Amino acid sequence: MSAVTSPMTTTVASPDKSPEHHYLNHSSGFLSWALTLDHKRIGMMYLAGILFSFFLGGVFALAIRIHLWNPNLDPEAAWLSNATYNRVFTLHGAIMVFLFIIPSVPAALGNFLLPIMLGTKDVAFPRLNLGSFYLWVTGLLFFTYTLFSSGIDTGWTFYTPYSIESKSAVEAATLGVFILGFSSIFTGLNFIVTINTMRPPGMTWFKMPLFLWAVYATSIIQVLATPVLGITVLLLALERFIGIGIFDPALNGDPVTFQHFFWFYSHPAVYIMILPAMGIISELMSVHSHKGIFGYRMIAYSSIAIALFGFLVWGHHMFTSGMADVTTIVFSALTFTVSIPSAIKVFNWLGTMYQGTVALNTPMIYALAFIFLFTIGGLTGLFLGALSTDMHLHDTYFVVAHFHYVMMGGTLVAFLGGLFHWWPKMTGKMFNDTAGILSAAIVFVGFNLTFLPQFVLGTRGMPRRYASYVREFQQLHQLSTIGAMTLGLGLLVAGLVLLHSLFYGKKAPMNPWGGATLEWECSSPPPHDNFSSPPTVGDPYDFTSVEYDGKTGSYFKKKK
Amino acid sequence: MKIESPRQQGRHPFPKFQKTMTEVAAPADGHGHDHHDHPSWLAHHFDDAEQQYDSGKLGMWLFLVTEVLFFSGMFCAYVLYRNRNPEVFEFCSAFLNEKLGAINTGVLLFSSLTMAWAVRASQLKQTKILVGMLGATLGCAAMFLGVKSVEYSHKWGIGLLPGRYYVAQVENAPHAETNYLQMLCVIPAILSAVFLLYYVYSLVIASKFHQRVAGPLLVSGLCFFAGVGLGNILEGGEHHDEHGAGSHAHDDAHGHAHADPLVQGVATAEKATVETADEGISFVKTSGGPVNDVAVTKEEEGIPNSKVNNQGMAGLFFSIYYCMTGVHAVHIIGGMLVITWLIVKASREEFHSEYFGPVDNVGLYWHLVDFIWIYLFPLLYLIT
Repeated sequence: MSAVTSPMTTTVASPDKSPEHHYLNHSSGFLSWALTLDHKRIGMMYLAGILFSFFLGGVFALAIRIHLWNPNLDPEAAWLSNATYNRVFTLHGAIMVFLFIIPSVPAALGNFLLPIMLGTKDVAFPRLNLGSFYLWVTGLLFFTYTLFSSGIDTGWTFYTPYSIESKSAVEAATLGVFILGFSSIFTGLNFIVTINTMRPPGMTWFKMPLFLWAVYATSIIQVLATPVLGITVLLLALERFIGIGIFDPALNGDPVTFQHFFWFYSHPAVYIMILPAMGIISELMSVHSHKGIFGYRMIAYSSIAIALFGFLVWGHHMFTSGMADVTTIVFSALTFTVSIPSAIKVFNWLGTMYQGTVALNTPMIYALAFIFLFTIGGLTGLFLGALSTDMHLHDTYFVVAHFHYVMMGGTLVAFLGGLFHWWPKMTGKMFNDTAGILSAAIVFVGFNLTFLPQFVLGTRGMPRRYASYVREFQQLHQLSTIGAMTLGLGLLVAGLVLLHSLFYGKKAPMNPWGGATLEWECSSPPPHDNFSSPPTVGDPYDFTSVEYDGKTGSYFKKKK
Repeated sequence: MKIESPRQQGRHPFPKFQKTMTEVAAPADGHGHDHHDHPSWLAHHFDDAEQQYDSGKLGMWLFLVTEVLFFSGMFCAYVLYRNRNPEVFEFCSAFLNEKLGAINTGVLLFSSLTMAWAVRASQLKQTKILVGMLGATLGCAAMFLGVKSVEYSHKWGIGLLPGRYYVAQVENAPHAETNYLQMLCVIPAILSAVFLLYYVYSLVIASKFHQRVAGPLLVSGLCFFAGVGLGNILEGGEHHDEHGAGSHAHDDAHGHAHADPLVQGVATAEKATVETADEGISFVKTSGGPVNDVAVTKEEEGIPNSKVNNQGMAGLFFSIYYCMTGVHAVHIIGGMLVITWLIVKASREEFHSEYFGPVDNVGLYWHLVDFIWIYLFPLLYLIT
């Protein structure tokens, strides 16, 4: 046995002999990307598409904020007409949720990293993986059609009965969501199977990197919740095509049933958005503190717990839609249980930093920003989960601020942190760290400036989705708009830093941060088949096993 | 020491895999990165046949879970509306021909048997039996759709349409001139013609492979029309009468249910009125949703069972009926496509004891499609 294993360990420890050959230059031409089955290329194509969607959604967000600079008490004088404003905020929400946040971490970073972290060549079903990507593209085309036809003005939640009556292109949008849903289902299915059946010898469940635990929990939700959304939006599309009446009060249907169906998916979908972000933070905290993760098992279990609790709390979106008192109380109580595993994670991340060797580089700054923003987002969620306060805060800017703190301050910031963290691995280029930190700082300041005033607006009674407001709110709205511009600037800087690195960046070493997970054991960027020889699996958070080599600027696995 | 991988710990039900695994894995350190020892049927990123089989199987089971959840939305809608308006379901169910439903149930159950047999045949490399069994499954699926076409077209003809297109059922109503059945038969007819040409071509070029593929396809095309014929016979002569003479002397003579609810309707309607009135009040209390008493307009007063015989009541039932059976039929068509793909692969003799995952997994899918129908049949057809 030892005769077989000893040459293997030595090949792993030495850097790749031909670093010039990697997945990016493995083959060339348009079709080599369009028909690729390589998970890394599929991940990169997702990344490009997702960033495009994010840009699109961001433009709509800025349009909303610019419009709200003035109270618009006279709709004639307003920058956007009321009808246009409705379309703009709906497209902002729908694009950000369905095209950007849900696929952001799992489909882009997850696709790239999952097989490498598992030491395999690819995901279990590479063709299905490519199929998921093209389903995503088809969904994008449907949304693009929506954009260029009559838009959509129902809000991203498509509540009936208005979505049945609306003159806008609800059909195209719902079919787009249906298709995107199946893209998401197939990605989740692929990841679950890959993690279950393709872990390398020696990688037990509790030796998996926490990012994989998070992606696994996410995938469970994707597989279990998304089909329900699929049938719901399909029924809504049929409602418009052939008037089936299931959700239409005019035909004795029940619009509240639509809300139940919709939130049965869309609440778990909130965890589809945040769980993989939490997985990124677990990696970032540990690697950049150069200290083993604190409470590994509890973080892993809490991911699964969040995934399961997430299915039992959808009713808290509907406290004001006339459910029975007992039901609302049960939903409220269950909502509070979700805060427990979330808090476990936050405390474990703080515990990880304690007495660690914290490197304050760009990914870590984003991770710290995440903890601050996510905590605010999570704690303000408790106000909305409590029945008495929710009655007051329901459908106000407090809700808007809350979910932006979680979705944007949480998921987006973690996504950016992860993107900076794995950027050297994905592209083989190092970015300018100082400029990266600057971008993180601007994003952090801009974000808080945008959304802290919205909490105040919400408690004072500013309803969400309104195109106009009373003059008393103008100062806070203007603060928020200035914040949004700052935030946009920060994101622009972040994008420029990454773009700059592509052309002028130094060549990235194999392991620039000192990570102990398997992706840092293949060259940057990884070769076509990921590993030239099979990797050995150790503790993913054992940082005593790696040491810095000043000559190459890289960390290496210590030879034993 | 070499640590055992998770997948190496459990014994596999098929002992053949154990052998392959050790054969393939041993030279490559249990994590085969070498290409030369990969047989053509083993994808490059899998270590061995067992891993490939297990991945495929787990993937299919997960997919089936999503399918069940996909249908669960409609089952939920069914439960909600039946609970709220039980009398509507009784009234409308009588319009469904349980004989056709029963035949289709039998056809699908039989196709499950042939599918299971096909899995066995693929393991034993019995190519002829495998192609035959897959062909039989495909034929059954086509027959199911044939019967379904008769059911659908008949209902469309007399205005049993979903939601806002529902036409209140009255006796002696004029029936639409459109022959929906012919429209539904156009595509199968074209396909059957293509399959016939393909079969003739395969005979001409004397290709065993093409004959194996074309034969089952042609048979399944014919099975569709056998299903249509069978459906027409069971749907009864009254279907003919309605289109022919337009007379409705058949009401008492025929066993077919569609006239019954209108004849016996009065008693049910009385009962229904009382029930809905009671429930209406309790409903308002528990939910903010709409109250379920649809106003009866002047024109509707002359219609039998007007409380339920309208778009918001019976129409909603038919919405649920068409959504559930329609989505199910789409799954049947999807199943037919993948079974055709299997027939092509089977005709190339690709399956053997170490590689039969596709047949096994399509089989699982097919059983699920049957399974859903087994729920749909009593829930929709057998309400008394």
